[in-house]
Amino acid sequence: MNFRQEEEHQEILEMVHEFAVNEVKPLAGEIDKTEEFPTKNVKMMAEMGLLGMPFPEEYGGSGMDTLAYIQTVEELSKYCATTGVIVSAHTSLCCQPIYQFGTEEQKQKYLPKLCSGEWIGAFALTEPNAGTDASGQQTVAVDMGDHWVLNGTKIFVTNAGVADVFFVFAMTDKSQGTKGISAFIVEKGFKGFSIGKQEDKMGIRASSTCELIFEDCIVPKENLVGELGKGFKYAMMTLDGGRIGIAAQALGIAEGAIEETVKYVQERKQFGCRLSQFQNTQFELAQMQANTEAAKLLVYQAACAKDDNEVFTHKAAMAKLVASRNASDVTRRCLQLYGGYGYTKDYPMERMMRDAKITEIYEGTSEVQMMVIAGWMGVK
Amino acid sequence: MNICVCIKQVPDTNEIKVDPVTHTLVRAGVPSIVNPFDTYAQEVGVRLKEKLGGKLIVVSMGPSQAKEAIKSCLAVGADGGYLISSNKFGGSDTLATSYILSEAIKTIEEKEELKFDLILCGKQAVDGDTAQVGPEIAEHLNLPQITYALDIIEKDGEIQVKRECESGYDMISTTLPAVVTVVKLPYEPRYPTIKSKMAAKKKEIPVLTEEDMPALKLEYCGLKGSPTKVKKTYTPVREKNGIKLAGIPAEEAAKQVVQLMYEAKIL
Repeated sequence: MNFRQEEEHQEILEMVHEFAVNEVKPLAGEIDKTEEFPTKNVKMMAEMGLLGMPFPEEYGGSGMDTLAYIQTVEELSKYCATTGVIVSAHTSLCCQPIYQFGTEEQKQKYLPKLCSGEWIGAFALTEPNAGTDASGQQTVAVDMGDHWVLNGTKIFVTNAGVADVFFVFAMTDKSQGTKGISAFIVEKGFKGFSIGKQEDKMGIRASSTCELIFEDCIVPKENLVGELGKGFKYAMMTLDGGRIGIAAQALGIAEGAIEETVKYVQERKQFGCRLSQFQNTQFELAQMQANTEAAKLLVYQAACAKDDNEVFTHKAAMAKLVASRNASDVTRRCLQLYGGYGYTKDYPMERMMRDAKITEIYEGTSEVQMMVIAGWMGVK
Repeated sequence: MNICVCIKQVPDTNEIKVDPVTHTLVRAGVPSIVNPFDTYAQEVGVRLKEKLGGKLIVVSMGPSQAKEAIKSCLAVGADGGYLISSNKFGGSDTLATSYILSEAIKTIEEKEELKFDLILCGKQAVDGDTAQVGPEIAEHLNLPQITYALDIIEKDGEIQVKRECESGYDMISTTLPAVVTVVKLPYEPRYPTIKSKMAAKKKEIPVLTEEDMPALKLEYCGLKGSPTKVKKTYTPVREKNGIKLAGIPAEEAAKQVVQLMYEAKIL
C-alpha cells in the first residue's frame, strides 16, 4: 500500500515536530494542571497554517491532503493530546462540515477566518440525553419566517469556551425522527446563546470542554447548513472524518508514551542494571511498538481513503477502534515500566494514560465503532 | 534596506560525537541544521526588511547539501539565496572562506542589481566557534563592523547597534553599508508556515563557482589559501580534582571555601 509519504509530508512533519518539541511539549504538564487553554500556541499554529490544513487556498486553507493533516495531529499529540484535539475538533468537526455541506456564501464568510485561526471552531451534537444515541436530539429549532429560534442544551463541546463559531444540530421536525434534524452555524455573539459550565475532566484538561445553552437563540435564516432535515446525515459523515483525527491523536499518544519510556528505561537502574537490559522491558516495548505501527497503518489507510474519495466510514471506525485501545494499552503498560515514579505527576506518564482514555469515548465510543464495522460487514 | 545574511550549515551539536580512535567528528547520521546564531541574524534581518522594505538574500558556502539550509531560510522570510560551492573551495580556513564570501557578495550584488546596505552573520558557528568569518568579511570588503549585536535600529540611513558586552551592552552607531554579527536574541526566530515552506521547497538555489567570480584569486582559496593548519583534534580528558567539603556546618564550610579561594588567588 502506498501512503504517498512524499517529501512534502516529510517537510511539514519536520516543521510540526520542531514546533511541538519547542513549544507544545514544555507546556503540556502545566496546562494539564491549570486547565488553561493554550492560546499562545494556538495562535502560533494559526500563523503556521496548521488550523486549516486540508482546505483549498481559495478559502484560506493550506491546500494539503488529509494525510498531512492527520500526521500533524499525531505529531502534536505525541507531546500534548490536548493540543492535538484542539486542532482536530476545529478542523474536522467545524471547518470540514462547513466546507463540505455549506453554501458558497457560508464558506466565504466562515472558512477564511477559521483557517487563519482568527476564529476557533467547535461542533455541538451531544446533549444530556443524546450521547451515543445522537438521534434523540432535544434541542429544537423553530422556523420564524425570517429567522430560526433555537432552544436547548449541548454538552461536552470541545473548544467551546474559546470558540467563535459552532456547528450545531437541532430538531426542526420531531415527527420525522433523524430526518427531522438540521444543522446550523451559530456564532458566539448570537442573541440567546451562552456558554455554560466547563467540565472538570480526567484528561485533555485544557481543551475547554463546555456546555452550550440556547435560550430563544436567534439564528439568521441563511445559517441553516445544506438541506433541511439532513443534519443527522451530515453529523454522521462529519464524525467519519473526525474519527481519523481522533485515531491520529490516539496514535500520537502511544508513540509519545513509547518515546518517553524508551528514554526512561535506559536511564533507570535496578538490581545493578538498566531497566532496558531486562527482557521484560524489551518484550513489553517491542510488542507496544509493533502494535502501534499496526495502528498507524490503519490510521494512514483511512486518511488516504478519504483523500481518494473512497468510502472510508468503516476504515475510519477500524482505525479509531484499534488506535484508541492501543493508546490506553500502551500508556498503561508504559506507566507500569516506570513503576512508582510513573504514578507521580513528576513524570508525564500518568497524564498520557488519562489523556488516552478519552480516545475510546469521544466521536463515537469503541462500541459505536464496532457497530459501524459490523454493519459494514453485513453482520446485522 | 537590502540585506545579505551569511549562513553556515552545521551538524546538530546536540547530537555530535568524536570518534575515539581517529579523533575526528563523526558526521555520519548526524542531522544538519542552520547554525543557530545565523538564524538569529536572519530573524533580525527579516524584521528590518519588513519594517523598511528591500531585499534579503541568504548566502552560504558549502557542499550542495547546504541548499537545504538556504531553503529553510527562504521559508522564514529570505527573498533569495545563493550557494557558493566548488571543489576548489574545499579545505578553506576562516581567512579563505571570508575572502570567497566577500567576493561572492560582490558578485551577487551585480547579479541582483542592488547594493547591500547591511551584511549580517551569526557571531560564530557552533562547530568551529572561531567567530572570525564575520569580522574578516568586513575587512575584505573594507566595511565598518560591529560584533555581538543584540538589536539593530535603523535611523536616518545609519544604524544603531546594541552590542552585548560582559558588563551590559554598548550602543554603537555606524554608517552603512556595514557588517554586523549577531548573538542569541531575547526572542526566538519565527517558525515557517506551510505556504512559505512549500514555496521555498520549489525554489531553485543558484550555485556560484569560481567561474561566476572572475575577480576571484584562486591562490587565496581552499587549502592553498589557508594559513591555518589543523594539527590535532581530540576530546580533552576531564579530570575531577575538585575539593569536597563534607560533614561541616554550612557557615563553617563557606568560610573554608573563601579561604581556599583566597589561597588559590581566585579572590
